Amino acid sequence: MYAVAITVVIISLLLGISIGSLSIPFSAIIKIFLSKSFGVTLPDDIPSDFVQIVMAIRLPRVVLAFFVGASLAVAGAAFQGLLKNALADPYTLGVSSGASVGAVFVIFFGIQLPLFGTFTLPIVSIVFGLATLVLVLLFTRAVERKMSVETIILVGIMFGAFFSALISLMIALTGEELRQIIAWLMGSVAMRGWKYTMMLLPFFLVGVMLLLFNARELNAFAFGEAAAMHIGVDVAKRKVMVLTGASLLTGAAVSVSGTIGFVGLVVPHMVRLVCGPNYRLLLPLSLLYGGAFLVLTDLLARTIISPRELPIGVITSLIGAPLFALLFFRRMRRKT
Amino acid sequence: MHVLEVNNVSYRYQRNQVLHDVTFTVTEGEIFGILGPNGSGKTTLLKLLSKELPLQSGSIVVNGRPLRSFSQKEWARFAAVLPQITDAAFGYTVKETVELGRYAHQNGLFPTWTEEDEQAVKTAIEEVGLTEKVEEGIDRLSGGERQRVYLARALAQQPRLLLLDEPTNHMDITQQIKLLDQLVRWAKEKALTIVAIFHDINIASLYCDRLLMLKRGEVVALGTPEELMEPERLNSVFQAQVSRQAHPTVSKPLMAFLRKWEFPILQHGGLRERFTWTTMKDCIAITASAPLKVLSSALIGSGFQWATHFVNRQVPKDYDCEDAETEMKHYLRRHGFPVQQTIGMMTAVSIEDAVCMYENGDAFSVWAVVTAGVGNAVDAAQAWKRAHFDQKIGTINIMVFIDGILTEAAYVQAIMTATEAKTKALYDEKIIDSETNTYATGTSTDCIAVAATQTGVTFPYAGTITPLGKAIGRTVYEATKKALRRYQQRRESS
Repeated sequence: MYAVAITVVIISLLLGISIGSLSIPFSAIIKIFLSKSFGVTLPDDIPSDFVQIVMAIRLPRVVLAFFVGASLAVAGAAFQGLLKNALADPYTLGVSSGASVGAVFVIFFGIQLPLFGTFTLPIVSIVFGLATLVLVLLFTRAVERKMSVETIILVGIMFGAFFSALISLMIALTGEELRQIIAWLMGSVAMRGWKYTMMLLPFFLVGVMLLLFNARELNAFAFGEAAAMHIGVDVAKRKVMVLTGASLLTGAAVSVSGTIGFVGLVVPHMVRLVCGPNYRLLLPLSLLYGGAFLVLTDLLARTIISPRELPIGVITSLIGAPLFALLFFRRMRRKT
Repeated sequence: MHVLEVNNVSYRYQRNQVLHDVTFTVTEGEIFGILGPNGSGKTTLLKLLSKELPLQSGSIVVNGRPLRSFSQKEWARFAAVLPQITDAAFGYTVKETVELGRYAHQNGLFPTWTEEDEQAVKTAIEEVGLTEKVEEGIDRLSGGERQRVYLARALAQQPRLLLLDEPTNHMDITQQIKLLDQLVRWAKEKALTIVAIFHDINIASLYCDRLLMLKRGEVVALGTPEELMEPERLNSVFQAQVSRQAHPTVSKPLMAFLRKWEFPILQHGGLRERFTWTTMKDCIAITASAPLKVLSSALIGSGFQWATHFVNRQVPKDYDCEDAETEMKHYLRRHGFPVQQTIGMMTAVSIEDAVCMYENGDAFSVWAVVTAGVGNAVDAAQAWKRAHFDQKIGTINIMVFIDGILTEAAYVQAIMTATEAKTKALYDEKIIDSETNTYATGTSTDCIAVAATQTGVTFPYAGTITPLGKAIGRTVYEATKKALRRYQQRRESS
């Protein structure tokens, strides 16, 4: 299972690097990698601008797309398991809306924080995202000490709706920045460079670790909170761990690339169809396939009507929505 | 040794007091049942024991240690819970589900799956009989099977205490009995303590060592089923009419529920008019328009039974059958009688000589139907002198029909009264036990049935001096005497 997934990941990465306005053959890519990482001398037949394109433009973009896709898919899988809701996705809790508010805020007011420069936007965004997570959790706890799944969903939707309204408000009031805001909201991994990946990475590592440590607990949650408690799961603690892990991943992904929809919803469902619901398999596989999925959709987004680029969020939704409709249809048919 | 001590536990949801000062102890290896109507706090009590709800007041002590001090994981190693409803998670196999039961036994962030874990899971699945379905998805199983999967998961926890909330809820009766028998076995073999909520008071009475009865959050009764199963108590707890009966083979009480509203049985005229009497080639059949409760020693339908058909069949003098009961059932079926509602007797006496006697009292009527032969006349007091048993033709079959409600005591007394009347008739007719040359008291194959409509007036007793007893005594005596004369006449004439 892992072998297949890793193969898919490698092929999609290679495709992502290879295809573009200038096609670069796989062999050249591999030779460039070898030369860069092991100091193997680069053969003369590879032009130096190939190296430039691969290392400075396509590789960072593809790697960022992979991490964003992986984050969203793992977070989605975890949310679906914890909230026992097939329709849950990384955006259910409102963390992404919070992060978006931060980003739109930055664009709207044209703020630039002194030390961070161009990184003002992702940094403000992730701070907003984390603040939203804390707010949602505290509010849920205040409503109900037990923090039942239903309450979490309701509170998340409430915050999400409120933040969406704030965003709409800013859009309505904005003039010139409209295009920029819309473009950000639709999501993109273009022209971000290595620094964005570096920023995402620590959150990615912590988030993924938190979720993988709780794979067995997620399995237990699938049978309901009471059942999880009966077999010895410390439900409240584990719930906060999973929520935190998944929200870190979501917030970080949103802050570097905008709200890319449907990856977190559809990829875990597709993986479930193949490997079953066991989270010990589902989480790592969702990570790999989610990453590969976003690399490929990004490839489509920038090549399909080249030289223009479509927002990646549009492509994921265009592929994701019908796929999801099909899954939903089959599920309902099976029920009746 | 008390595994569990529950002291003065109370619980309230907001302003709603659900449990009030509940106190009890459970000993090791005991099957402890919790009974009570809906909303009596049973499930809340179980949730407190499973640490699903926090204790508000009172204390729960487990093996001398407060429940509070157990972590969720520690508690899961000691106690396993089988709730009434568990969400069925989509797509998990039986094995994956049961494996979750090992959660509490595993430690570390990425624990290794040990041989012991594997063995525990395998044994648990075997115990509930699902070995063939280990790889099946649990959403494909039936409700009963799924409940067994969760039971296996509970067993995989290797608990000392099992908490069950209506464990047999989704099961058919076969599965229920199988599961409960297994629970009893585990309790006794592994000294596993079981605390279970039951809905069915008879199941609870049959399987539990002790019972706790709750009503509106308070303990109404605590004790063995024998002590607790009093109709009055159950009436007040469950607001249902029940009557207590003995279990056929186990020394546990069995409670029968009574309907609040009974269909009035249409009564047209006197007792006799509610029967049709049919004389066929080889039998008399009396058919009632409504079922009667019968106590009888008949070949078919012995003991207490409800019946609509009463058949007295004449068999040839050389009738000889290994399995008379089966043959008789065939006979009844062949003639269109509903076997389950038929009282079937046999005689070698000519059924044409049957005698009916009828008496209409103030509030009741009694009808006796007798066939008599005395070929096997025996003096009960001297019978011990008989060396061998030489069965000849001749038997006295008595059927008594009564219009009224009889208690069980009245049934037994009616049988005594009828028997005494029969004996007196034999004496007056000077029937002799040919072996001992003394007066016979009956024959060796006599048969009796007392049938009552169970409508109208209630008769607590039917002894010889009660109005009912008097009527039975007289009719049976007269009928038997007349039947004996007819029998003698027929013998003399042939």
